[in-house]
Amino acid sequence: MNGAARTRVSAALFRRPWLRAGLLLSGPTAWFVLIYLGALFLLFLSAFWSVDSFSGKIVHSWTLTNFETLFKVSAYRTIALRTIGIAAAVTVTDIVLAVPFAFFAARIASRRLQAALFVAVLIPLWSSYLVRVFAWRLILAKEGVLNWFLGQVGLGSVNIGYSNWAMWIVFSYIWLPFMILPVWAAIERVPESLIEASADLGARGWRSFRSVLLPLILPGILAGSIFTFSLTLGDFITPTLVGGAGSTFIGNVVYQEVGISNNVPFAAAFATVPLVIMGIYLLVARRLGAFEAL
Amino acid sequence: MIGSGRWSRIAFAVWAALIMLFLFFPIVIIMLYAFNPSNVQSWPLSGLSTRWFSSTWHNTEVRQALWLSLRAGLLATGVAMLLGTMAAFAVDRFRFFGREAVSLVLVLPIALPGIITGMALNSFISFNSLTFSLLTIVIGHATFCIVTVYNNVLARLRRTQSSLVEASMDLGADGWQTFRYVTLPMIATALVAGGLLAFALSFDEIVVTTFTAGAQNTLPIWIFAHIRNGQQLPQVNVVVLFVILVSLLPVALAQRLTRDTGVLRSGRGAPAPGPARATAAPAIGAGAAP
Repeated sequence: MNGAARTRVSAALFRRPWLRAGLLLSGPTAWFVLIYLGALFLLFLSAFWSVDSFSGKIVHSWTLTNFETLFKVSAYRTIALRTIGIAAAVTVTDIVLAVPFAFFAARIASRRLQAALFVAVLIPLWSSYLVRVFAWRLILAKEGVLNWFLGQVGLGSVNIGYSNWAMWIVFSYIWLPFMILPVWAAIERVPESLIEASADLGARGWRSFRSVLLPLILPGILAGSIFTFSLTLGDFITPTLVGGAGSTFIGNVVYQEVGISNNVPFAAAFATVPLVIMGIYLLVARRLGAFEAL
Repeated sequence: MIGSGRWSRIAFAVWAALIMLFLFFPIVIIMLYAFNPSNVQSWPLSGLSTRWFSSTWHNTEVRQALWLSLRAGLLATGVAMLLGTMAAFAVDRFRFFGREAVSLVLVLPIALPGIITGMALNSFISFNSLTFSLLTIVIGHATFCIVTVYNNVLARLRRTQSSLVEASMDLGADGWQTFRYVTLPMIATALVAGGLLAFALSFDEIVVTTFTAGAQNTLPIWIFAHIRNGQQLPQVNVVVLFVILVSLLPVALAQRLTRDTGVLRSGRGAPAPGPARATAAPAIGAGAAP
């Protein structure tokens, strides 16, 4: 293109902002609509299809069989309840661990310590997820660090590797930074004067926390819980690596149905369970103002 | 007041120290295991040695997996940098229908549970009868990497003044020249930072990859398979040490490049605490992913 033509093109573009916006948006939109949103929609549709038991091919006619199986077979109910239960337990644990830490980081620590703590929270957040799960598998194993330590202090040994307890610990560990950061940000935004006022009015530490600080940082806690809850709901790596015989998650079933049984419709139907739960959760969280804290 | 008494301050400090211990202890342990001289994965280690490093280095499976991970990461990063920048410019410079939804849609692939993103892409691939290959891995990774570039570039754009662009146009530069000599230098470091983070995300992703890779192994899939089968664990440990170092390096670099926006803190989901908050990207759902 020569200089004059280039000037004409850029002038034409300059005069037509909608054209520039359209050109800029075309790439990302095409990618997301065609590949991702299309795929999500397809996934949702296929939950209402079924698989021909002889040919193994997907039958494209509407049926609710998959959902019926989900509700009727008690094993699937148990798996769904276990997944939701552990996701909830992990969320509560992370809140309990994160709030005092975030309070220290936001209100008590010096500026320099704050910066150091911040990097220290980011490092686990960004280091490999798989690697950290593997680390816990070694720590909790029978011959691992935990039992060695308990032996050293004379407490005998525990056998919690490959169990729901192990999953609870590992999930709480893995997602903790996702809870710390929004809570930290929320505590930082609370004006000091409000807490002072509460103290002036005679509230002691616990009362100030419960009646003043907690309601103000609730959106931050909810924002963190979106991550801890959602990420646990959809996981299958941790149950595979540190879970035991009775630790199957929704994700494991989905993975097996897709990878081994090749029953995509059933997998899709089961995958809608976390999807629907997260949908409801997000709606509630939005009403409570969690999105402003994201 | 909360945390004003001497003892309560000490209690909070102890709690914070314990949390730090909790966060770092497993990482230190797993790094030590790479130096385990024994075949047996038990604690305490019988000593420290680098005897598994060379056999790991010469393991062809590991090399192939590493090569695939690097190619997939670089290609996905390339796509993400292009599409993420386009989306960031559109959102920053224009008002259009659905503008508020862009951030939300871009973050979906990592905000939704991994199996859902993975399954959706899996059905996309089989529906279009694509062969599972490097291409399908790249499609999957690029989809969830776009958001990191988008967040970084958008944060930088919000901090730069559009008057610079106008000045450039007034001085006779055409659109391309303005982009090349004014806009690009302004966003360059944010763009690179976003790319680095995208690469880090891609390099250790496993859930989506299991649904989009065929028979080949990326490094995380190789690790996962070998942990599960309990094979070649000493070499797995060495690879794991390598993965930790490789995934932290881009993050450290990205952090240096984006001191102004502090977007790293929000780049992976959580919002930014700290003094930079006021100017940092309002990282609506900036996404989170294992």
